[in-house]
Order: sequence, then C-alpha cells, then structure tokens
Amino acid sequence: MSEIIDIVARYQGKIYRGVKEVRGNLMFVEGIKEVKNEEVVIIVGSDGKERYGRVIEASRDLAVIQILGEEEGLQTDCLVKFTGTTFKIRVSDEVLGRMFNGRFEPIDGLPGITTGEKRDISGEPINPVAREYPHDFIQTGISAIDCMLSLVRGQKLPIFSVSGLPHNMLAAQIARQATVRGEKEEFAVVFAGIGLRSAEAEFFIREFKESGAIERATVILNLADDPVMERLMTPRIALTIAEYLAFDLEMHVLVILTDMTNYAEALREISTARREIPGRMGYPGYMYSDLASIYERAGIIKGKRGSITLMPILTMPGGDLRHPIPDLTGYITEGQIILSQELHAKGIYPPINVLPSLSRLMKSGIGPGRTREDHKYVSDQLYDAYSRGVKARDLARIVGEIGLSERMRGYLKFADEFERKFLSQGPYENRTIEETLDIAWEVLSVLPEEELVRIPRDIIEEYHPKYRG
Amino acid sequence: MGERKGYIEKISGTVVIARGIKDARIGEVVYVGYEGLIGEVVRVTQDSFVIQVYENTSGLSPGEPVYGTGKLLCAELGPGLMTTIFDGIQRPLYEILRRAGPFVRRGIRLNALPRDRKWYFKPLVKIGDIVSEGDIVGVVQETPLIEHRIMVPPGIKGEVVKVEEGEMTVNEDVVILRTKDSKEIGIKMLQEWPVRMPRPCRERLTSEVPLIVGQRVIDTFFPVAKGGAACIPGGFGTGKTVTLQKIAMYSDSEIVIYIGCGERGNEIAELLKEFPRLHDAKSGRPIIERSIIIANTSNMPVSAREASIYMGVTMAEYYRDMGYHVTLIADSTSRWAEALREISGRLGEMPVERGYPAYLPDRLAEFYERAGRVLCLGKPEREGSLTILGAVSPPGGDFNEPVTIHTLRFVGAMWALDPDLAYRRHFPAINWNISFSQYVDIIERWWTKHVAKDFPEYRRRALRLLVVSSEIEAIASIVGESALPDDQRLILLVAEILKEGYLRQTAMEGEDVFCPLNKQYLMLKTIMDFFDKAYKLIRHNVSIEEIANIPEVFEMIRVKERPFEEVKKLYSKLMKRLKDIAIKYNVSLEG
Ligand SMILES: Nc1ncnc2c1ncn2[C@@H]1O[C@H](COP(=O)(O)OP(=O)(O)OP(=O)(O)O)[C@@H](O)[C@H]1O
Ligand SMILES: [Mg+2]
Repeated sequence: MSEIIDIVARYQGKIYRGVKEVRGNLMFVEGIKEVKNEEVVIIVGSDGKERYGRVIEASRDLAVIQILGEEEGLQTDCLVKFTGTTFKIRVSDEVLGRMFNGRFEPIDGLPGITTGEKRDISGEPINPVAREYPHDFIQTGISAIDCMLSLVRGQKLPIFSVSGLPHNMLAAQIARQATVRGEKEEFAVVFAGIGLRSAEAEFFIREFKESGAIERATVILNLADDPVMERLMTPRIALTIAEYLAFDLEMHVLVILTDMTNYAEALREISTARREIPGRMGYPGYMYSDLASIYERAGIIKGKRGSITLMPILTMPGGDLRHPIPDLTGYITEGQIILSQELHAKGIYPPINVLPSLSRLMKSGIGPGRTREDHKYVSDQLYDAYSRGVKARDLARIVGEIGLSERMRGYLKFADEFERKFLSQGPYENRTIEETLDIAWEVLSVLPEEELVRIPRDIIEEYHPKYRG
Repeated sequence: MGERKGYIEKISGTVVIARGIKDARIGEVVYVGYEGLIGEVVRVTQDSFVIQVYENTSGLSPGEPVYGTGKLLCAELGPGLMTTIFDGIQRPLYEILRRAGPFVRRGIRLNALPRDRKWYFKPLVKIGDIVSEGDIVGVVQETPLIEHRIMVPPGIKGEVVKVEEGEMTVNEDVVILRTKDSKEIGIKMLQEWPVRMPRPCRERLTSEVPLIVGQRVIDTFFPVAKGGAACIPGGFGTGKTVTLQKIAMYSDSEIVIYIGCGERGNEIAELLKEFPRLHDAKSGRPIIERSIIIANTSNMPVSAREASIYMGVTMAEYYRDMGYHVTLIADSTSRWAEALREISGRLGEMPVERGYPAYLPDRLAEFYERAGRVLCLGKPEREGSLTILGAVSPPGGDFNEPVTIHTLRFVGAMWALDPDLAYRRHFPAINWNISFSQYVDIIERWWTKHVAKDFPEYRRRALRLLVVSSEIEAIASIVGESALPDDQRLILLVAEILKEGYLRQTAMEGEDVFCPLNKQYLMLKTIMDFFDKAYKLIRHNVSIEEIANIPEVFEMIRVKERPFEEVKKLYSKLMKRLKDIAIKYNVSLEG
C-alpha cells in the first residue's frame, strides 16, 4: 500500500479515493472538488499498476473517467489522482529519430523528451481563413497516383484497403519516393501505428531505417496488444508533433496513420461503455466529428513554410466501402485511394482501383507549369476509357467478345493494356510524371483517335504517339 | 436587469447544466465559466437550466460561474456583412485570426459588425414623413455591388423627427422617429434579429422565374425557381460541393450566402481564393462583393454548426427584405442534422430513427420554409426572394435514411448524385432518371416567353430519348450492340451525344462553366433536330453508318466548349449534310 502512495505522490495534485463503480473502461468517482472537464487522472490500483484516465463528464458530486490503459484488475479500492490538466506532450526537435508508445513514453531505450513547450494533444481547429489552399504537386513515382489521383502538399488522402492487400507496401513506397519537383527538401515522416501487429510495425521501421528516413521520422506505436484506449491518443500525439514540425519548425511533414479502423473500433468501445445512443452499426453518432478533429489537422497555414500531408490507411471491414469507417472518412478527406482485391488477385501492383478513387485537390496541382499541359485531359480520358473498358469486360462475360461492337472490343483491349502497362509497376520503380504521361499516351493510342473526345485536338496533335513519330 | 449569475453544475461534452438564474429562458445567450464561453439555454427545468456551449469545454469545472445576457441568440444585421467570413455564431474569422493567430482559440467575444467603421448614410426620408416597419429610410453603398437599404425594424411606426446624412458608424442613430405615444425611437444602421425566428414579410408570392445556374442538366431538366428550395443528395465525392460552389459563383443570384456547415477547411480556403478573383458577369465586379460566407468546418465546435444554419438564413432573409434575390447554400445539411442529433443525445432525449430526435422533420421543414418569393414589408413596394439549396450527405450514399427522406418532403427539386456517373467522371453526376423538379411547369411558361416556344417540347423529348436508350442498352447487354436494328442504334448514338455533349459539363474552366439559356436551347435543338431527321432517313433504309460517318456528328459533343455562334454554324452544317443524304436517297425530310 505504501508503495502505491509513493507512486501517486510523485505527481502533484489531489489524491482521491471514493471510486463508486468501474464499468468497462469507465470509472465513476464521487465527492470530488474542482474536477475539470477532460483533465487527465492517474489511477493506481491495488495491484500497484498505474494507468491514465480522462474526465469525460464532470459534475459537483460525480466525475466520469474514461480509463486509458488496462482496466483489468481495477477495483473500487484504487486511488485516483487529479492532475488538473488535459493530456499534453512536450514538443521539441528532439522528437525526430525517436519512437514512443501511445502515452508518449519512449520505447527506443532513450530518455523521454524533457525540453520544449507542452501542448494539448487535442489541438485547436485551424481558422479556415488562415488556410493556404494546397497546390504543390507531389510526385510519388507511382503512375496511377501521379496521373489520375495526384497528391498535393497539405492534402489528406487516405488509402482504403482490405486486410491482405499491399497497402503497407504502397504507403512505404510513397513515403520513400515522395518529392516535390524542384525542391531538395525531403519530407519528415510522422508515423502512427494504431493497434498494429508487430510484424507490420517492424516492416515500417525497417523501411524507414533502410531508406534513411528514420533520421527525420517520429514513430508513435500502439501495438495490437497495447491498451485499446491509447489508440485514441496515438494519432493525436502524432499530429501534435506534426503541427510542431510543420508550423513551428516549418518543415514539410508526411503523416501516416495506420490502421484507422482500429481507432474507430476503440471509439465504439468507449461509446458502448458509456451507453450512448449509437449511430450506424454501433459507432457513435459523433464519429464524423471525432474523425474530423484528426483529419482536419492536415493542411497549410498562410505565412508558414511548412505543411502537413496526411495519409491515413484503413482496412474496410468486409471490404465494404459503405461501412461507416471508410464512409465517414471519405466524407472528411480530400479524396481516397481504393485498393482492389480483384486487381491484386490478377497480380497487379499497386492494385489501385482508380474508378472509385479520387483526389479532390488534384486540379490545383497539375497542368502547365506544374506538371504538363496534357495531364488533366489525359487523366480524364483514362477514366472515361477505363470505365468503358471495364463495362465492356463485364458485358463480354455475358455475350462473349464477339457480341461486342467493334468499338467496345477496342475498349476491352484498352482496359487490359491500361492495367498491364500503366497501372502495374514495381514497388521500387519510381517513374517521373513525364514517363507516366508518356505511358498513358501509349495505352490510349490503342483506341481510335476519334474516341479521345476528352482531349482537345491541339493536345492530341502535340502528344499522341502517332504525331510524335 | 440585475446581474444574472449562476454556476455550473455538470459538464458533459458541449452540454452544461447550470443553476442559479431563476428566470433563465430558452434561447437566452449565456457566458459560461471564467473564460466566458458562449452558449445558449436550450432547456429550463424548475431549478436548473441546460446550456449548449458553442465552444470547446475542456478544462471547465463545476462551480464556475455562468452569466445570463437576457438576450436571445441574435444575428447582427447591417452594413458590413457583405464580403465577411463568419463562424457559426457570427464571429468574423479574419478578426479572430488577427487576435488569436491561425488557430481558433475559444472564449473570444466579438461583434459581427465592426463598431468603428464608418458608412455614408444617404437618407430617403425627410422630417415629417410617417414611416413604419420595413420602410426604407435610407441607403448605404455597402460594396460597389450592393446598395444596403436601411429599413425600419419590424413592429415600429412613427413620424420622422430627425434625419442625419453622412459618415456614421452602425451604432449611431441615423433617423429618429416619434411614435404615437410621443416616445422617440432611434433607428440605427445596426439591427438585431433572433435567428430562430423567421423574419416577417407582407405576403408570400408563388415563384415564377428560374434561378439560372448555367449548368444544363439543372437549367434544362431540373430547374429551381427563385424562391424555391432544392436539395442535392449524394455520397462522398459525387459533386455536391463543386455543384453548389459553382452555383454560388455563376448563378444569376443578386446575393449569395454560403454556409460551410461541418465540412472541410480547404473548401473554404478555395472559396476565399476564388471569390475575390471571379468577376460577376453583369457588373464585372468580384463576386465576393455580393457574398457572405459562414464557415463552421467539421473540426470546429459541433454546437455552433447547429447555429450556423440559422445565422445564415436570418442574414439571407434580411437582404431579401431589402428586395434582393438571395440564394442560400448550405453544405451540408446532414452535418447540421447530426449536430442536432448529438445535442439531443446529450440532453437525454428519446431518439426515433437512427438516433435522430423526433423533431428532426420539423426543423428541416422550418428551415426550408424560410425560402420563398415575397412581397416585402414596407415602402417602396418591392419583391424579394430567398432560394435555399441544401447538400445532403447520406451515410453510405444510401438515400433511404432520415435526413434525405424528410428533406425530400420539403423541397421542390432534387438533384440526385450518382456514384457511377462520378466514377466515370461524368460531371455533374446528376442522375437524370431519379432527379426531379416540381418547378418545371411554371418555369416552362417563363421559357416560352423568354427563350423559345418549343423549349419545353425539346426538353420532354430529350428526356424520353434518354429513358428509351437505357431500355435499349439493357437489351444490348444481352444480345450485343451489333445485333440491334439501325433505328435503335441511332437512339443509342444520340443518347450518347446527349450525355457527352449536353448533360456532361465541366465546372472547372473555359467557355462551358456557364452555359446561357439561349445556348442551351440551341444545343438541344441541334441534337434533337438531328435525331428527327436522321431517324427519318433510317426509316427509309439509310444505314446508321452513313449517319454516324457525318463528320459533324461528333462536333455535337465538343461544341459546348465554343461560343454561341459556333453552335449556330454547326446547326446549319448538320442540317445541310442530312439534306444531302436525303437528296441522295430521294427521301423527303419535311413533314
Ligand atoms: N461539375 C464538376 N466538374 C468537374 N469535376 C467535378 C464536378 N463535380 C465534382 N467533380 C469532381 O469530384 C470531386 C468531388 O466533388 P465534391 O467535392 O463536390 O464532392 P461532394 O459530393 O461535395 O463530396 P463530400 O460529401 O465528401 O463533400 C471534385 O473534387 C472534382 O474532382
Ligand atoms: Mg462536399
């Protein structure tokens, strides 16, 4: 018992007993004076273990605390210490090259961060009038993305995947290859692993080490067997660091959050424990706003040189795009990259299904002076032709290829070429945007010229292989 | 009024329960805690009251004070609204930026309208005039585009005893009235109005004139009337925001109020980039000069999202009352409904469908009811209109959910977005089979007067052709297109031209971002006349290949990117080609 008091005494503030009930992740404490909404508490159970908690409802006679960390073993005899402050972390340039857990404790054997300002991990909303509209094209070296789903600096663009697909490989390739043309500066990477299996975590860490990115990376890791509630803090810690790097140190930061599905599951767990009225499929009605409070932290601020580009990765439960997790994410992010099991089964890497994928900020990042004047038209034409090709393929399954009109047979051939030459590439193949566009023209030239109705005549005459000789 | 002070009893998210103000009333604005966070009383019980706080409540403690203002949540109305960007409770965001830096800090209390700025007030009344509610007493040039008409507030009547002309702040009396019972009332340029209460008008009129948006699929097929209400439902990424933003930019509205309600910060940044740059077609002035933007993005407090809709519609009614044609755009009403749901949940109310409170349909109805064409209160006699366009974001893109279902009961038009069209990058991805407009009949009457007598006829036939073509497509998907008879293949060809050349329209750049009605008409006429004549030829055994090989056929797809004159030229060329074929095969195209 005395050692418990010792532990608690290390922190300042008032120590209470009087826990009335522990229910799942929630703890109800009575008779507290001056409790603050959302303040952090430290809970020490009779087992001597300490855990964090957060006040989620505060009244004169009762505080409801959400327990972060393991609730197992907690009984009403524990001690609760009210710290009087919300969850804050120290930020300084010492965080680069370091690894932390979901409570921001170092897990790389080095000491914790002791310098720098303390910041609330919830952050504050960027004033919309302070935002700079993003427009700097990021070349990822991946044709499907660069040509048809162009990413710009300051964008939030998620990858929607299914377990078993190579989304980690793709994210790692993007992190490795992403550059802004004409600039030497490389992206700093903040990586948040949320409920990750250790093999996946090791994959990323190895990747960062091999590419040398680890020097300018911060890793926040919450593994599958780490406390579920810390999954809620992991992305927020990552973004607090990213904001510091981007808006204080003016660096360009790429933030990878994976797997946001685990985050959403944790959110649902708390909501259920609080007996809240659920929205769709048991996820809380406020999940949209909660996810937005994470995703909207990406962006660029006027007058600051840095930026936060955000790439959340999530696995769609049941592969269903309409499931609340991808659905609400898609409603917040600026597009989505969707991976397809069918393409993967065909052996195509990266298995990006471009048709339902989208980059909303693409238009501001491409075109003359940014990429190339034909970029937009080529992309539009690829979308149109590929969707016709896919339709022709479906049709051919019913009526046979001979039942198709000659025109549709052309599109069928196009779709095959598109997947084989344009979409497919190696995980270490880094194509320039010019190379990508040239391949696009090559596959488009499978079609009769009069089918290229989304490309203006003069552009065709300039770039079509037929005229280039 | 004495000090209205109470204290916090309990905090749960943005909902705070307090005690100590005996006569707190629903709708009263209160300041919560030491930081004075802004909130509104949403429920009163015998010894306590419930507050919806419009800011983040973290760190707030039970026992902290609550101050009542005794005032309802109001919008400030007066010169200075135009060009301004507000948050959901009408705080000017540029001012917040100036004071607090790039992140929105809480506890900032600001007037919507600056108190130190001077405006030149030009009176339109003189001493001795009797004026009453709605009468215009003078004007202020608010922006080069907008003349701001200062009106006698509702419920006031009297004789003008003093008039000031010249540079004044919004808080100075510009006109002083003496009422019947000899009280003097000062009229200022600044007025306030409780946002949850519709502003009165003399009479509601039926809508007769279309809002011209320049997008063919809307103007020709599913038009909305000035004073009407339309919704645009669709899953993520199907084009709600782009469509509404383009309407904000190019439609023939005199004033646009754009509410970014729980959506993306970068979309607001985009508006702020575009609005000062884009020039109004008629006046050549930047469109920001006729716009107000409300931005309560998804990461800003949810409760203020709920208020933002009312703030916007109140400002819109105020300009309507001056005699303007106002368009209010709300993107997205679903986020507003979700805010209602969240607050309702925290209040422990009994939910009905999908967690939404039972009063959701009432709130939606009240909102869309504030649209309308009206005869304004007061002299001179004038007419104004308020058109409401709301985005709806159904979960999973499935329209069978409470917000979409109830919205459809209260709007006159729906532009239903279709993910399949969006995946194909056919924009605007408005599905022509399930969208509707109840304004078609009255707008057709307007067309016959202002565009062309046979426009309605062309519209009907084009729609029919699209329906028939999808039936033929279904057959073709079984037997193969090559097995179809030539007349059916012609229908497929023309349907394709309609889709590619008419319905599909880029919103991004070039000639086609705004297509005037006369060009819409001529384009449609070209395609449909081509169809009629070609059909006749095919009936006389001319082959579909001969028709499809006319070089100008595919021109019909591209002509939208060229000016009106080119459409005219194309029309005559096509007709000539068909005539030549008719002569060759000795077919008569007449009759
Ligand atoms: N009329 C259009 N012309 C060209 N492109 C369009 C058009 N409408 C939509 N798009 C494309 O689709 C993308 C998504 O459109 P938009 O942002 O309007 O979707 P949304 O329905 O508002 O989605 P969300 O519900 O997620 O906000 C745009 O970024 C743009 O690339
Ligand atoms: Mg949108």
